Amino acid sequence: MRAFTAALDLRRYVGRWSIRSASHAGRFTFMLLDLARGLLEWRVWVPYTVRQTIAVGYGSLFIVLLVAGFAGAVTSLQAGYQFTGQLPLYVAGGIISESMILELGPVLTGLILAGRIGARYAAELGSMRVTEQIDALESLGRSPVTHLLLPRIIAGLIAIPVLVMMANAFGIAVGYITAQGSLGLTYADFEFGARYFFRPLDLWYSLVKSFAFAGAVTIIPCYIGFNTQQGAEGVGRATTQAVVAASVTVLMLDTILTKLILGTAK
Amino acid sequence: MSIELKKVSKRFVDNVVLDGVDFFVAEGETVALLGPSGVGKSVLLKHIIGLIKPDSGEVWVDGQLVPMLRRKELAELRSRIGYVFQNGALFDSMDVFENIRLGITDEKKYADKDYCIRRVKECLRLVNLNEDVGRKLPSELSGGMRKRVGIARAIAGKPTYLLYDEPTSGLDPVNADVIDSLIERLQQEIGVTSVVVTHDVRGAFRVADRIALLAQAKIRAVGTAEEIIASKDPVVQQFLERDLEMAVIQANEGPAGPAAAGGAGSR
Repeated sequence: MRAFTAALDLRRYVGRWSIRSASHAGRFTFMLLDLARGLLEWRVWVPYTVRQTIAVGYGSLFIVLLVAGFAGAVTSLQAGYQFTGQLPLYVAGGIISESMILELGPVLTGLILAGRIGARYAAELGSMRVTEQIDALESLGRSPVTHLLLPRIIAGLIAIPVLVMMANAFGIAVGYITAQGSLGLTYADFEFGARYFFRPLDLWYSLVKSFAFAGAVTIIPCYIGFNTQQGAEGVGRATTQAVVAASVTVLMLDTILTKLILGTAK
Repeated sequence: MSIELKKVSKRFVDNVVLDGVDFFVAEGETVALLGPSGVGKSVLLKHIIGLIKPDSGEVWVDGQLVPMLRRKELAELRSRIGYVFQNGALFDSMDVFENIRLGITDEKKYADKDYCIRRVKECLRLVNLNEDVGRKLPSELSGGMRKRVGIARAIAGKPTYLLYDEPTSGLDPVNADVIDSLIERLQQEIGVTSVVVTHDVRGAFRVADRIALLAQAKIRAVGTAEEIIASKDPVVQQFLERDLEMAVIQANEGPAGPAAAGGAGSR
């Protein structure tokens, strides 16, 4: 009897999970279609996008550069620890620049912004949902997609790649300064190493990743925030879910894009 | 120019909120929808504006079947309906001026800044608020002022229908009187068709031409104040019992004007 009940519970659990997943997939698809349709109403979303871009881009600049600076410094110190005496010093220049462009710049920025922008979007939209502000917007015959979602997502798609490129540059600069102080690396050696290992594809790869991460850290939190339920507790839960989902998606996309772009490059 | 719900049913998971509800509001009429908290009054109101779709039944507004409307048609219909939300639902990030301006649903007029300034000032005056309030953020307003700004936003687009969701809930009696007076005055000045959702019997008797009582997922009684008071339905009697004496006294005394009532933020 107990085994039968357990089996029944498992069936119920799987059934509920399947319905919930299908419901999310459906709603997410409809949201993407609404976003695509909303692009035509550019007169509505452009002014809001400008404001959001400034808030998201300028507001995140300090933390992004801070993290990139530390990443560059640590990479430089680790390169010195690993390779000094065994490889020529210019190799450190290659390691620092390539680490920043290929991985640390985009991924660390993506993760930081998943927390900063993702939490902000989910909390803002979640609060608007539970305080009926989104219903109010709809009741005025205005679309929440063009007034709330598109400006936030496009602002992220503009600001995040720029932030990633700035993080790359700043991380490399701090890495060089650290290597100069700790290893005595000259600028000529650093530049030679950086140029020696650099391929234009690296920069494209970094840029493609930054756009993909921008999509993940804006669209997912917007979806979760927009569908928030159950008051303040719901907003808290939505914010946590948004940050976790966006962060995990960033790491998944990192793996997939690396395989797709670098895995096939010669 | 009427609102009609025919056999509307709605359930949320296992909770039946509306069960074959029939509801009618004629042109120019004000109907108060009474009922205990959590009975589904706001759900019924949201059906009228298309924020919630019924599981079964029909919702007609202005001769249009609301759940079947396309996106653009629904937006067009909504531009003729003013909805006053329970807690104002003002946009936190915008000041009062911008909040009310968003209520101007005609896009050409919305783009005309001079018209918007004039209209926002007019709406603030209609709800007894100073022009200075326009520069404040919603977080700087009292509960009563927020409700009035919500009403100002709802009337900014010159709607033909006004839906009030608990306009006096959470307010002290003085501020509740101010809001009731305001609803009465707007009814006389702009002559809209209105539905007032409330659990305040006195307020309902004061502002409405007819009253409908929603209980146990059904409309239990519809009629004028006198007809509702005379109802033999035990559910109606039970609901009215506590407030009845006060309501009758209030109805006999007549409305108290906003000047007598005063209230935070009024001129």
